[in-house]
Amino acid sequence: MEPILLRARGETNSRSISTYLRLGGYGALKKAFIMDPAAIREEVKNSGLRGRGGAGFPAGVKWGFVPQDSPKPKYLICNADESEPGTFKDREIIHVDPHMLIEGIIIASYAISANTAYIYIRGEFVEEARILEQAIAEAYKKKYLGKNILTTGYDLDLYVHRGAGAYICGEETALIESIEGKRGLPRLKPPFPAVVGVFGCPTVVNNVETLACVPHIIERGAAWFASIGRPRNTGPKLFCVSGHVNRPGVYELPLGVTFREIIEEHCGGMRDGKALKAFIPGGSSAPVLPADKVDTAADFDAVAEAGSMLGSGGLIVMDETVDMVWALENLLTFYAHESCGQCTPCREGSDWALDVVRRIRRGHGRPEDIETLQRIARYASQGMTICPLGDAFCGPITSFLNHFGHEFEAYIEAATPAPRKKLPILPVRSGRGTFGL
Amino acid sequence: MTPVHTEPLQVTPPAEVAEVHFDDDMEKRIREILKRYPTKQAAVLPLLWMCQERWGWTSPGIMNAVAERLELAPAFVEGVVTFYTMYQTEPPGKYLLQVCTTLSCQLCGTSGLVDHLKERLGIDFGETTRDGRFTLLDVQCLGACGEAPIIQVNNDYYTELTPEKLDQLLDELV
Ligand SMILES: Cc1cc2nc3c(=O)[nH]c(=O)nc-3n(C[C@H](O)[C@H](O)[C@H](O)COP(=O)(O)O)c2cc1C
Ligand code: SF4
Ligand code: FES
Repeated sequence: MEPILLRARGETNSRSISTYLRLGGYGALKKAFIMDPAAIREEVKNSGLRGRGGAGFPAGVKWGFVPQDSPKPKYLICNADESEPGTFKDREIIHVDPHMLIEGIIIASYAISANTAYIYIRGEFVEEARILEQAIAEAYKKKYLGKNILTTGYDLDLYVHRGAGAYICGEETALIESIEGKRGLPRLKPPFPAVVGVFGCPTVVNNVETLACVPHIIERGAAWFASIGRPRNTGPKLFCVSGHVNRPGVYELPLGVTFREIIEEHCGGMRDGKALKAFIPGGSSAPVLPADKVDTAADFDAVAEAGSMLGSGGLIVMDETVDMVWALENLLTFYAHESCGQCTPCREGSDWALDVVRRIRRGHGRPEDIETLQRIARYASQGMTICPLGDAFCGPITSFLNHFGHEFEAYIEAATPAPRKKLPILPVRSGRGTFGL
Repeated sequence: MTPVHTEPLQVTPPAEVAEVHFDDDMEKRIREILKRYPTKQAAVLPLLWMCQERWGWTSPGIMNAVAERLELAPAFVEGVVTFYTMYQTEPPGKYLLQVCTTLSCQLCGTSGLVDHLKERLGIDFGETTRDGRFTLLDVQCLGACGEAPIIQVNNDYYTELTPEKLDQLLDELV
């Protein structure tokens, strides 16, 4: 497949507006401005573009939920939080071609009649925030942003808003709270952001990669976009591959390529000639799949059928040497750290599950532990919590137990009871000082 | 490895940030920031960033000043600061070594790096060397897993690290 989202990779000064213009950039914007916003929404709907942030929701449909007759201002937010372990594609787009993203943001904002847009970028991406600031300044200078863009009468301001270290702020309602200057605690839905979003106004939140697809759809048409990939799973996709492969990195491939092709052909196979044991197909929240599923097609529907999800396209590859109890402990450490704490099943469940898995790995597992883990997973997922972070740590638990339960059982069979501990005497805390008893 | 280019943090001692005032430059930036949002409260995160860049960390005095400037309760601002992991509420060393300990990095050898760092610096996660040069932190996925293992030093990523490259890096961070 010809490179689309990464077409500027390898160009000198690929980030500068002059390179972008030379490659035909901002042409789609001009085309969009002679279209009706409703026609743009229709075109994106017809392209079949599904959100690249994790859930795979059709972008054009989401834009259609914005009440156009609402007197309130409307907002577009680009989600560049990219905190899902195993995911690093949005960073690649920002490094290679920030103007492609900006053009997508302008077209999307025009399509939903927003006059203000924000890019919410994770706090750690300091360099990437600077790259975006610089590109935005260039775009203002050329009149692609600001008042009366290209003399069309349309106004748009675009700002970068930096996060400050919190995975949960990638969840769209937590992200909205964070822009409003609060702690990133997800909101209960409905109402959905398209109706009540940031500052109480209709808001569309889209992932970086989703928005980067938009200029191409407008320029080359919905039918062209839909001809890439497979039915209902259209377009190019950035796959980020990490773990035990020879050439980890970001690869742009049509949806529907198989995981075997990604690993063997594009990533140069497994590192040190080891055998594949398992892979996580879509970022750490996607259920793990065993090696025999490697011929699954990498698209939203096929991966769901195989019992996992395509998520963000972050493929984590594990070879035969990986201890799956250890791997689950690592993932649960992440979720226990990142749970925002609003919902009891998620806050307590993530900590509790981590305790149990840690105990198993330290050789003190108990016969009832597997059932305990399954019970935690049952009560913290499938709508029992405010946001899907509950599902995000339960998917790993159930899938690790389903496919690699024997490793957990082996630990438990060989376990010895934990040494009895004396109950600690807790020091009395007062403010920042600690007083011994 | 990318050449070492990280600037040391300018960390202001606690006594000097017990109470802070925004100078004219900062006031100008605050006015620019406020223009981006329909509410004052939305400027909390950008203002805290501005302060942390200026003073090296986020002291209670800084939280008070931000609260006062944005007409918010100091407790609200403290709640925001402590929710996020990147606002440093204790003065750090000149170099914040933030080691990614999440799965992809671990699959590519992070634990070896961590052992090496702890031994060489004589500190554990969350601690600062006695000479005030390094603070060691464990962080979650940094979003660059294809170049594992990764350490963020202040604002910069150092990728595909080995103990040898790490030694070279530490030697150059003075
Ligand atoms: C816990 C959690 C973390 C998320 N993190 C991200 C993220 O880092 N980046 C992202 O684009 N979407 C993330 N999402 C998905 C967003 O909530 C939202 O669905 C997405 O930004 C919508 O964009 P899209 O329709 O273009 O995919 C996350 C969701 C959850 C539940
Ligand atoms: S599910 Fe977890 S992260 Fe999501 S709102 Fe509830 S406690 Fe917070
Ligand atoms: S796991 Fe270390 S950067 Fe993602």
